[in-house]
Amino acid sequence: MELTSLPPKGSSVKNRLARIAAVLAVPGAGLVLSGCTVPSFYASEGVTETSKSTFHLWQGFSIAAAIIGAFTSGLILWAVLRYRRKGDAIPKQTQYHIPLEILYTIIPIIIVIGLFVATVVVENKVVADPPTTTEIHANAFQWGWGFTYTDHNAVTVGSTTEEPTMVMPVDTDVRVILTSTDVVHGFYVKEFNFSRFALPGVTNKFTFHAVKTGTFAGQCTQMCGLYHSIMYFKVKVVSQSDYSKWLASFDTPEGKAKADAAKKVLAEQMSAHVPVKPEASGGTNKQ
Amino acid sequence: MTTLAHEHDAASHDNHGEHGHAEHHGPRGILNWLTTTDHKIIGLSYTVTSVIMLVLGGALAEVIRGQLANPNGHLVSFSEYNQLFTMHGSIMIYLFAGPFAFGALANIIVPIQIGAPDMAFPRLNALSYWLYLSGAITMLLGFFTSEGAANFGWVAYTPLSDAVQAPGYGTDLWIGGLILTGFSAIFTGVNICATVFYLRAPGMTLFRMPIFTWNLLVVSILILLAFPVLTAGLVMLYADRHFGTHIYSVAGGGVPVLWQHIFWFWGHPEVYILALPFFGMVTEIIPVFSKKPVFGYKGMVFATITIAALSLGVWAHHMFTTGVVLLPFFSIMSLLIAVPTGIKLFNWIGTMWRGQIWFSTAMLMAIGFVVTFLIGGLTGVYLASPPLDFFTHDTYFVVAHFHSVVMALVLGGMAGLYYWGPKITGYLLNERIGKVQFWLLFIGTQLFTIPQYWLGLDGMPRRMAIYPNNPEWQNANTWSSVGALMIGVSTLLFVINIVVSWKKHPAGDNPWDGHTLEWFTTSPPPHHNFYRLPQIRSERPTWDHNHPEAKALGHGKDHQ
Amino acid sequence: MKQEAKLLLGLGAFFALLGIVYWVWSGENGGGIMIVAGGTLGFLPGSYYYWWSKRMPLRPEDDPNATRESGAGHIDAFPGTSIFPFVLGMGAFFTVLALVFGTWLLVPGIGLVVWAAIGGTAESRRGGAH
Repeated sequence: MELTSLPPKGSSVKNRLARIAAVLAVPGAGLVLSGCTVPSFYASEGVTETSKSTFHLWQGFSIAAAIIGAFTSGLILWAVLRYRRKGDAIPKQTQYHIPLEILYTIIPIIIVIGLFVATVVVENKVVADPPTTTEIHANAFQWGWGFTYTDHNAVTVGSTTEEPTMVMPVDTDVRVILTSTDVVHGFYVKEFNFSRFALPGVTNKFTFHAVKTGTFAGQCTQMCGLYHSIMYFKVKVVSQSDYSKWLASFDTPEGKAKADAAKKVLAEQMSAHVPVKPEASGGTNKQ
Repeated sequence: MTTLAHEHDAASHDNHGEHGHAEHHGPRGILNWLTTTDHKIIGLSYTVTSVIMLVLGGALAEVIRGQLANPNGHLVSFSEYNQLFTMHGSIMIYLFAGPFAFGALANIIVPIQIGAPDMAFPRLNALSYWLYLSGAITMLLGFFTSEGAANFGWVAYTPLSDAVQAPGYGTDLWIGGLILTGFSAIFTGVNICATVFYLRAPGMTLFRMPIFTWNLLVVSILILLAFPVLTAGLVMLYADRHFGTHIYSVAGGGVPVLWQHIFWFWGHPEVYILALPFFGMVTEIIPVFSKKPVFGYKGMVFATITIAALSLGVWAHHMFTTGVVLLPFFSIMSLLIAVPTGIKLFNWIGTMWRGQIWFSTAMLMAIGFVVTFLIGGLTGVYLASPPLDFFTHDTYFVVAHFHSVVMALVLGGMAGLYYWGPKITGYLLNERIGKVQFWLLFIGTQLFTIPQYWLGLDGMPRRMAIYPNNPEWQNANTWSSVGALMIGVSTLLFVINIVVSWKKHPAGDNPWDGHTLEWFTTSPPPHHNFYRLPQIRSERPTWDHNHPEAKALGHGKDHQ
Repeated sequence: MKQEAKLLLGLGAFFALLGIVYWVWSGENGGGIMIVAGGTLGFLPGSYYYWWSKRMPLRPEDDPNATRESGAGHIDAFPGTSIFPFVLGMGAFFTVLALVFGTWLLVPGIGLVVWAAIGGTAESRRGGAH
């Protein structure tokens, strides 16, 4: 194909596009820089440190999407209104405009690289595994959740009729170790802006650092069979002293008895299906 | 066997010379249908069957929306609900969208766009259809078994789909149906590829082919890359279920997540196999109704090939929450796919720019496709970022994203049917009904999807039969259901349009002043498609033939 | 045939490279094998076309200045009506149903497949329907 044609007279299309982009970039940048007035775009900042980072990433992506969406739909709207058929004259048969085409190839690549860099920064925070002694084993089973605590007697087990509560301390790095012995389940807490699969044969680890106390809803998000819709759990973030008290309540004789009974129920639920081989293949988080 | 002589004399209206007599004395009635190898009849069979599947899948969707009308709906049981969404997704993707994309219009249009008498392997083509039909029946038979149809989601993650979790005929019928339709697709891929490589008319170089045909060529290569992987994965699943292997089960040393890798290695190219033909349809329609050539033809081809190439490297963005995939690799690859898609979008706009736009139903549907795909595409970019995927995965945000994209494809498919329907049947569809159908479909689509974006961000997971803990979600669910109902009504209007327009208004050879080669022949095309061919010197042979004066209007250069 | 060859070889090279990068970086064998294998799908037919393109005269459809006359004459054999695609399809259908409902269905299944194989081949040798 010959590329010897000159750009059409008055590259007004290209100029117009450049001008619009410049006009939109200024308020866009301004919005980003003035973080406090950025709209939430229907997500929320959640109650952990990483949920906040994720939320800000969401806002950044949304600003880019809003600008690109407004710009592109503006072009479409303009085209369908301005270039409606008037008469039978055949319009100029423009087939290409190489500089323009290069422009709208390069600019999206730059935007994408920017989005990727922002992603990696936040991602490294979300998947980080800092050293901590507060560790909870979350076990998903058909159809409920069981939470046991490393180095403590505490345990809570749930079912389809009873939502278990995962108690954890505020302002502490809490590591959750997630497993399943039957099918794939999804550990999802909306207020943490997070979910992770409980995969048979795989041990997933992730860390939360909650900054607010409260009780937050959790649910299974990965299709796991008949009662998938009602596989609820709760996450209760309490002060560090309340957390210690709660843990200690399982060291009393009644507490121990309760814990042993719950552990038995959990063990039954976990072994009702095929047992997990230790160190089963499947890998761990690869970064 | 048929041999065919190409007529080359423009003045001659001869038929097939020595074969003028024979082709119209074939078998009659149903035997004609059972023995046909004519790509036009096969393509029409695919069209009718896949649209029936669309209606069936849509009916299941309406039941789902009915169940979700209340936080504690009792329309169906948990077990029935699981079958409903599994089969809705399976029917829509495996039995409607795929066959419609590469079996229906592709079969009919690709040969006549390149000046070929038929597909390269006509009997293989017929076999593809019978495999598709029997695969569809096989999968649907599940509903009639005592344990019901497949109920583990259209993605059938192991271990939920293994022998312990999903016993019963429904699952095996699902697997068997997919093996049949999988081979159907593979054979069609071979056929399209061979047809485009070997049966083009004189002067129709690769870079003078219509973009629709280019896209189908790339799709056929993608089919050959992806479908065998799915078929292999399914055979392994069947083996695990019935032959005592432990490929996907932990107990035997297997890896359940391997299913996800295999499935999505097929699954992601599959969505581009679905999308690219509709991109191609729209790329044919917009130029014709703007009275301009495609803007950036080579860019379009480059974008299609780039999308296809990248699509093989993004599959694990469906697996970000598994914790066992290489996040940055899949993230950057998935983000990059937005670039060629954006190129296509800007080229469509560039085609309309400074054109003379005529808003036929086909053009309205095509523009509706572009707008809806813009929304769906932008929301997809979020999902390419693992941290953002972590809190949207398996929520209604994802459901809204892919329904935006898929409904865009439906709009594109409707555009294709209104555009090429007259070529295939010889009769125009009613434009007034078409325009009402368009507005219902377009507005219904946005009303259906947009509340679901909000629901997902508010925390509503997908595949939920009830949501008793969150009555505040009922409002948005209701609005979404209204949108779904509008979509259903618009589909009904389409069927009505077909009935009302039946054999009413003859279309003639070229009702739209089309540009590409298929508009040079009659509507419908004769046996073996062309009585005569024009001289092919660009990607718009019919336009060049009908508008020699347009060459003077700038950029009218011959394409290589 | 050169452009077709370049398309397939290009895809093959891209997949081979991408596959190696992915395999080494991730250490994940499933995806690594699948992408690299995709590369072979590009190389195999691509090199075949490339080899032929060097030994073929310019085909009319590869010649931008071809005339309609250059494409005249015998194009190919296009089999007319035939019952055997349907028969083979039904054979495959019953074979798959046998996977689900029991081996007895292999009787009609394999039976129809064999009938189609023999009948279709014989039909081709005969010259087939018009």
